[in-house]
Amino acid sequence: MTAGSTLIACRALVRRDLTLVWRRRGDALNPILFALIVVALFPLALGPEPEVLRRIAAGVIFVALLLAGLLALDTLFRSDYEDGSLEQLVLSPHPLALLLACKIAVHWFTTALPLIVAAPLLGELLHLADPVRPVLLAALLLATPLLSLIGAICVALTVGMHRSGMLLALLVLPLYVPVLIFGAGACNAAGNALPYAAPLLWLGAALVVALVVAPLACAAALRISLS
Amino acid sequence: MSPLTEISRPPLLEARGLAFARNDEPVFGPLDFVLHTGEVVLIEGDNGSGKTTLLRVLSGLLTPTEGEIRLHGAPLTLDLLSPQVALLSHANGLKPELTALENLRFAAGLHGLRHGISPPTALAGVGMDGYADVPTRRLSAGQKKRVALARVLLAPVALWLLDEPYANLDPEGIGLVNRLLENHAHRGGAALITSHGAYAYTSGTPRSIPLHARPARDLTGEGRPRGDGLPGHSLGDDAGLSPARPGTPP
Repeated sequence: MTAGSTLIACRALVRRDLTLVWRRRGDALNPILFALIVVALFPLALGPEPEVLRRIAAGVIFVALLLAGLLALDTLFRSDYEDGSLEQLVLSPHPLALLLACKIAVHWFTTALPLIVAAPLLGELLHLADPVRPVLLAALLLATPLLSLIGAICVALTVGMHRSGMLLALLVLPLYVPVLIFGAGACNAAGNALPYAAPLLWLGAALVVALVVAPLACAAALRISLS
Repeated sequence: MSPLTEISRPPLLEARGLAFARNDEPVFGPLDFVLHTGEVVLIEGDNGSGKTTLLRVLSGLLTPTEGEIRLHGAPLTLDLLSPQVALLSHANGLKPELTALENLRFAAGLHGLRHGISPPTALAGVGMDGYADVPTRRLSAGQKKRVALARVLLAPVALWLLDEPYANLDPEGIGLVNRLLENHAHRGGAALITSHGAYAYTSGTPRSIPLHARPARDLTGEGRPRGDGLPGHSLGDDAGLSPARPGTPP
């Protein structure tokens, strides 16, 4: 096994996962529709006053995207576990953590990135203030990969269980809290014309740590789930 | 191969006192067996006797509770093992949305490619050449099994661990599995296969493949005292030393 063959394996895995998403492209829209509906519920519940909605806009969008990401999380390893491709992945001669990092990256690209693209539209629904929009996008670009990486560890731990949806949510959501605080915190600071760089930098630092640690933890968790 | 070189070269796979327990409940073992290159060995046992678990232990997916496994004489680690083993398990590891050929191309990318074979030729080798572009979900159970066998065929490994390779196959498919096993043994590979009540099938096997089923007393666990009284199975120490070996491996 060489670095070249590992690269070939990663490329084959990325191509396969992208093909699978394309073949099930009907499902790919679901997280966006979910986030759209959740965001649309708030004006219905709180009334249409722009002042009220503007104040909560960034936080609501953050929570909606976080929940949509949580619902999409279960698809990360589920079908691979059920059809046996996951054990083939574990048995391959390449570093499992690297292969899983590729899988998580594809999953982020196909579930979280469309949500980020839809975020300005969601912002319009809630009268999001113009100066907050770029900060929200920056916070989401840093926070969603972090959420995917943290979530992947929990999915790897629960993939062997049937009906693990609620358990997964209970495991994941407390871990998402700091990400939410820093992400929504940056947006609120921008909304109040306060400096917002520090929470974004914290998110960036956490993302760097997670990029290194999460695939390794994920690989260890998967080995436990498969035994 | 002369008996002398056979002794001097460490066996492909060697298990000593191998046992596995799940939640303190013994699943199989302790087992001692040796697998040399050029051999196909049948693991026989009743339902629930731990055949699948044994293959998962040998593939490295599970860690044995006791005993040790040696690969080419060296203690087994996952790094050492994975480039040398192909596993066919009950879940055949095929993506239903992908075509047979796409599934094999991915497997080739992941596990590498045996010299002189490509995904299309592997597909033809299992009699599925007309189905390259059919999504796997539209294939029958037996056809899926054939595609999964083609995946095993592609991998550049010496040791095949096949769990129920005959399941869902028609008589012609059973003959095909036996032919694939024979070819693999001839080019210096080895295989462990499980099957319950496989004797009906293996009686049609070409004689050149010795399927080392244990004598009946060992299959029922009488040859080895077992506290739990569960049906057990074991492969003998002599599994690799039978005179009825296939042609000399290269």
